[in-house]
Amino acid sequence: MRVSYYPGCSLEGSARDYDESLRAAFDVLGIELREVEDWNCCGASSAHITDDFLSAALPMRNLEIAEKENNDLLIPCMACFNRLKSAEKAAIGEIKTDVKTSYRGKIKIKHILDFLSEDSNLALIGRFVKKPLTGLKIVSYYGCLYARPPKITDVTDYEDPRNMDKLINILGAESRPWSFKTDCCGGNLALTRIDIVKRLSNNLFDMAVEAGADCIAVACPLCHANLDTRQKEISDEYGKGYYLPVFYITELIGLSMGHSDVEKWLQRHLVDPMGLLRSVGLM
Amino acid sequence: MLETNNRSSFLQEIEDKREVEISSCFQCKKCSNGCPVNFAMDIMPHKIIHMIRLGLKDEVLKSSTMWACASCETCTTRCPNDIDIAKLMDALRQVATDSGFDTAQKDVPIFHSAFLSSIKKRGRIHELGMIGEYKLKTGDLMKDSRLGWEMFKRGKLKILPSGVRGRKEIRGIFDEAGRRKRS
Repeated sequence: MRVSYYPGCSLEGSARDYDESLRAAFDVLGIELREVEDWNCCGASSAHITDDFLSAALPMRNLEIAEKENNDLLIPCMACFNRLKSAEKAAIGEIKTDVKTSYRGKIKIKHILDFLSEDSNLALIGRFVKKPLTGLKIVSYYGCLYARPPKITDVTDYEDPRNMDKLINILGAESRPWSFKTDCCGGNLALTRIDIVKRLSNNLFDMAVEAGADCIAVACPLCHANLDTRQKEISDEYGKGYYLPVFYITELIGLSMGHSDVEKWLQRHLVDPMGLLRSVGLM
Repeated sequence: MLETNNRSSFLQEIEDKREVEISSCFQCKKCSNGCPVNFAMDIMPHKIIHMIRLGLKDEVLKSSTMWACASCETCTTRCPNDIDIAKLMDALRQVATDSGFDTAQKDVPIFHSAFLSSIKKRGRIHELGMIGEYKLKTGDLMKDSRLGWEMFKRGKLKILPSGVRGRKEIRGIFDEAGRRKRS
């Protein structure tokens, strides 16, 4: 099987661990990832906040290139996913745009979570689980832009998505129920309104602990940035002793496969997951 | 000044020029109650809508509301009248910055301008360069410096930028956006 892959800018830098674990997991699964030729930044929040034309034209260029490659297009970042889906809706006339495009909407645009949780892929992943993640209690955190707004994302269970929970369970871990799956971590305010990010993320940590989780799974570089890199700061500021490692879902898949690069990915985290993994006999 | 005609000129600007329909709002407050950032807003989103209808342009543009908005799309998803409130927040930020209004929040527009200028240069974001430009422009070089160092040590900040080959195409997109804004 071959699929097109749009990594997005974060996966070249602050979310290298996501990119590395994703490529490793796909390699084991035997699914060929073909990086979209000469892809450009989708414009993210900055484009839609600033200029409607840019916010459609920047992602559209990627869709035009990907359509020529004619595979399903997989996207690991929630913000990129949202922007490329939004460009798709503009191209097929569901939302208004001034951007002229040759994109016809012939390829499927999927967030990595959607692709990996398709029945056949869940079964495939299940066959490669060598080291079940027994003992890990995980809350799945989807963030905002995977599901909202549903007329852009085409996600039907947008108030309570379950794709990541299915993946967590197939890996042998326990996905803990909680009602904060799609609550905001502060997203694109990461560097500008740190006060807001801290308050929102603190709330998520509190609720994850209350749900009985000992770690959090994410599938977005910005969610990871807010929850992992700022966790110590938030913990200190709110007088909490949080220790909630934040895993990319692809790292958990790699871990369950017994992949030899796992430590390389995890040492990039600010909240060191090794203590937790040792405590449940996974390291 | 309070305008008393049916559609205030500010409402026309938002609905006709910025293409965000808000007239069907019946003030149910679902947007404001469900907003995760409402604690950081000086005027609740449903009130912003009503003030636009009343033509209170300066009061709305002075507000901190749209600069606190995290674009999480909860309001847009839940509005019973299908009003795209998140898009309204985009429109208000655009009206404020395009008209050079002295906004309540300086850092947010500076960040977005640094972000877009990084794309314009190379077609992709170079995080380290973009953050550097943002910090220079805000003058707050020390904020997050420890965090930056922790990320750098772990290989999370790429030193050399990558870029697209089709830079001319990217430049063309930005030029076209600029022409549209001026016209």
